[in-house]
Amino acid sequence: MSVLVDEDTRVVVQGITGGEGKFHTEQMLEYGTNVVAGAVPGKGGQEVAGVPVYDTVQGAAREEDANAAVVFVPPAFAGDACFEALDADGLDLVVAITEGIPTQDMARVYRKLQETDTHLVGPNCPGVITPGVAKLGILPGNIFSEGNVGLVSRSGTLTYQVVDNLTNRGIGQSTAIGIGGDPIIGTDFIGALEQFEADPDTHAVVMCGEIGGEDEEEAARYIGEHMDTPVAGFIAGRTAPPGKRMGHAGAIVSGSGTGTAQSKITALEDNGVPVGDTPEEVADHVEDLL
Amino acid sequence: MRLHEYQAKQVFADAGIPTPASQLAETVDEAVDAAEEIGYPVAIKAQVHVGGRGKAGGIKLVESKEEAREAAEDIIGMDLKGYHVSKVLVEEAVDFVNELYVGVTMDRNEGRPVAMVSTKGGVNIEEVAEEDPDAIAREHIDPAFGMHPFQARKVVYEAGVDRTVANDVASILTTLYQLWDDRDGADTEINPLMITADNEVIAADAVMNIDGDALFRQPEIAEMGEEAAEGDELEQKADEYGFDYVRLDGNVGIIGNGAGLVMTTLDLVDYYGGEPANFLDVGGGAKADRIANALDMVFSDDNVDSVVFNIFGGITRGDEVANGINQALEQFDEIPKPVTVRLAGTNAEEGMEILNEDLVTVEHTLEDAVQRAVEYAKEVEA
Repeated sequence: MSVLVDEDTRVVVQGITGGEGKFHTEQMLEYGTNVVAGAVPGKGGQEVAGVPVYDTVQGAAREEDANAAVVFVPPAFAGDACFEALDADGLDLVVAITEGIPTQDMARVYRKLQETDTHLVGPNCPGVITPGVAKLGILPGNIFSEGNVGLVSRSGTLTYQVVDNLTNRGIGQSTAIGIGGDPIIGTDFIGALEQFEADPDTHAVVMCGEIGGEDEEEAARYIGEHMDTPVAGFIAGRTAPPGKRMGHAGAIVSGSGTGTAQSKITALEDNGVPVGDTPEEVADHVEDLL
Repeated sequence: MRLHEYQAKQVFADAGIPTPASQLAETVDEAVDAAEEIGYPVAIKAQVHVGGRGKAGGIKLVESKEEAREAAEDIIGMDLKGYHVSKVLVEEAVDFVNELYVGVTMDRNEGRPVAMVSTKGGVNIEEVAEEDPDAIAREHIDPAFGMHPFQARKVVYEAGVDRTVANDVASILTTLYQLWDDRDGADTEINPLMITADNEVIAADAVMNIDGDALFRQPEIAEMGEEAAEGDELEQKADEYGFDYVRLDGNVGIIGNGAGLVMTTLDLVDYYGGEPANFLDVGGGAKADRIANALDMVFSDDNVDSVVFNIFGGITRGDEVANGINQALEQFDEIPKPVTVRLAGTNAEEGMEILNEDLVTVEHTLEDAVQRAVEYAKEVEA
């Protein structure tokens, strides 16, 4: 078992004819993902890596029976691409990889999302992987291993680091969800945690947060009140100065001191979540929890 | 991206928001001429992105030509909390009876914009928010509809703005929201919005932060942004190279890929008793030349005594990174600062074989690499 992505996931790749779209389509196929179609306006009828391309997401979903989309569209057009995916019939999951989408575009996408049952993961995220089954996005498949630990993270490479620490100890993962480093994202920590809580094969969860916003604090309260599955945490950005954006658009401690690492660590610990000082310590905590 | 006050005021004035008479000056003579033309009293205001400019001596109220000259001489060229002042705004001093706050920002927790009004203007609004949150009236805006006129009126009345000026304030808030929406604002605010004895409403300050990711469709703002660019030499260099870079006070230089992992590397430097000198994210898929540029950046920071490279390859390939590091370091007769490298993920094994161990120290785990770099920094310090 797993969450969001399984062997029945049939993927349409938006932006499949671009450099990134093509490369990662090949990588996804190689990992065993059912990439069934691409969607690029004006490129219908072509093939990329043996995958048929359609002009619209709706057309791709209808003809190839797709139920998920991955967005590799450049930032100026990615907001529209998300709308197109959310509008198409039959898609349960949209994963937006694109970094640098204007925030106001995402506010409109987020508004649309409230009217649908579709899950949006991202944007500005590495994607979702169910090890041994399928991956939607850019995560390097070789570092993951099959198992029972769910992982949710705002950051790509930090996810890889923590997964590496787990895999090296023989601790496999059920599903890893990169929720993205933007201020406005589709699935937040709570959205991902709800999925893991409902999955009988996820026996523990690692949550990697970072400075900025209050999503981690809210997630901590959710864990305390609603979760039986144990959670271990990690928070990046303890040394970040206020007012400076640390790479991710959302990773900023406000001038008045909200969004600090300390506030998030305290909230997690107050709700029974052990927080590691290093990625290795996170793996220690997970071992204890299992 | 943040505009200077004079730029934001121009944008506001063009949209019909009343602002005081003002002129921009870059020399003392220009400032004095401007003051004479506007008529006293005038305020002379440093144009730098520093909070609390007034308290730090960057804003002076003057009543005569002599005072104007003296103030302009003090302010132009001064160092204000680390920022060099090259421009001042010479502005009509408004005689006010009340100061309000109005602002529009993105509420990231709600995923939608929020309009805010307070009768506690003229002071740091973040402090007001903390000490007396009820003093700020808030109205969330549905981005599908934009701000309805009733919402502007509602938030103004809820804030307790005097009825005599409520309509004017609501109209200014409506314009402010429109600007926020049209110009891809992150935060736009007027603090203070002054009310005069004659019930005129005037924007005495102007803040406009624009979403950096939207500059491709805001060419005018992008141009103003170039004019407003400031920060230290290294931060400007980082912009040229296209790196996410933040300078800190320590002596361990940090280069990595991916925001979360780079932040984690900084945190670990601190955890193991060192002090991070910077945040530098080379981004995904970095090739050899980009790696060399990153090393150049960190080497040119005089505070740096030791450098740690932490790359976890997904789309970034370890062999590319290793080649970049070798190429960059081979140019030196003597390596300026010790470099510790840790590669993991895609092609990490190949990368570690490629790395020239005469030039760098190779470590196999994140924890070991950081501890080694911290040791080197301490040795240099001692």
